[in-house]
This record gives sequence, C-alpha cells and structure tokens, in this order.
Amino acid sequence: MKWIYIAIIVAATTVGEVMQAAGMRRHGEIRDFRPGALRRAVAVLSRNAFVIGSVVAMAVSFFAYLGLLTIADLSFAVPVTAVTYVLETILAKYYLKEHVNWLRWAGATLVICGVALVSM
Amino acid sequence: MSSESSRLRVKTWICATVVVLANVFGNFFLKKGMPADLPTPWSYITVLFHPLVALGVFLLILWLMSRMTLLSWADLSYVLPVTAIGYVLVALAGHLLLAEQIPFKRWAGILLIVGGVALVSLGTPPRSHKPESGA
Repeated sequence: MKWIYIAIIVAATTVGEVMQAAGMRRHGEIRDFRPGALRRAVAVLSRNAFVIGSVVAMAVSFFAYLGLLTIADLSFAVPVTAVTYVLETILAKYYLKEHVNWLRWAGATLVICGVALVSM
Repeated sequence: MSSESSRLRVKTWICATVVVLANVFGNFFLKKGMPADLPTPWSYITVLFHPLVALGVFLLILWLMSRMTLLSWADLSYVLPVTAIGYVLVALAGHLLLAEQIPFKRWAGILLIVGGVALVSLGTPPRSHKPESGA
C-alpha cells in the first residue's frame, strides 16, 4: 500500500509541478504585490489551463500524501517523494526548454545523492 | 542589467524563504495532527477539520501560492534545487520531535544537499528564458 501511495504522489506531483511552471511562465513575472494586483493575478491565473491542471494534479497528490502520512514517518515520506526531483529536472530541460547548464546538473546530482542518503 | 539581476536575486531569495518555511511547517503540522489511520474515504475529508491538520493545509496553500509566484520569473530547474533544502529541514523537524538520533549518513546527505543548493543558487541566474509580459 505504501508504494502505491508513493507511485501516485510521484506521478501526480511531477505532472502538477511541471504544469505549474509552464502556466506561470506563460503568465509572466509577478511584479506588483499590492492586494488588489494580487487579486487580479489570481483571477487571470484561474483561467489558465496549465494552472487549473496543476491544481487538480496536486490535489490528487495531496490526498495520496495524507494516506501515506498515516502509515509512514514524516522523515521517510518527505525524502522518498523527492524522486520527483529527478523527473522534473529532465522535464524542465526537454519540455520547458530551460537551459540546464552543467552547474545545475551538478547541483541536481548532489541534491539527489543527498536525498538518497537522508532517506536510507 | 546588473541592477536588474540583483533586484531579481533579492526578490528570489525572499520568495524562496517563504516557499521553504511554509513547506516545512505545513508538512510538520500535517503529520502532527494526522491520526494513526484513515479508515473510510469520508475520513480523508473530516481529518481536514482537525486544528493541526487545518493549520498544515493553510501553510501548504501558502506554499503553493508562493511557489507559483516564484515560478512566474524563475526557472523550474532553479527552483527545484534551491527549495530542496526543505527536504532536509522537514526530515530534521521529524527527527528532532521524535527524539531520534541522526546518524552520520543522514548528516552526510544534508551536507550534499546544502552543497547542491549552493552550487545552483549562487552559480546561475534564476532565469534563463527571456522575460515575458509582467502582470
């Protein structure tokens, strides 16, 4: 059961977070942090298909995460879901077309090794 | 251009700090308030009204919104490693509160994550794509 929860969380989080990044990229930089401007930004974003998709995917991930927390330690549940990290960096390069230079790959590799050690 | 990049860097650090803290404390309160099991689908809904779980959910909503704000100008491949420090902090929070020993391997992992975060966040600008229309 534990691994079913983890598989759902990893798949839903990866899809959700990449869609979130794509949606926010399309929206552009948020520069104005006054309440009225933020409300307008939320209104615009609620019509952004990528943002809607990402919220749905992350809701699925959230409820699977609630299920996982009932049977697993916090210090296991959080690092193990960091597998999404690897998938998302790859998708950032090939789907979002970000320029992932060697420093980012090196940093990503260190973080993955670190997460693996923490979760062992 | 240098004042533009330093403006973006300061804004990025402030926003990333909110993202990380909201995530760490959101997860912590969620686990703290979570019962030993959720027997029925309905219990997944009712548990959301437990005060500690509700606080956790509120912080995770704050996390989602601050992360979206950060992603409106920063690359995903930048945001991922910079906010990965949250994995370490949340593991530490769990362990300290459960009064467990943190073995050498876990400290080594923490150091690797911090090294990776430093490499990415100090070595590259937050944004590699051209800015689009601001809002």
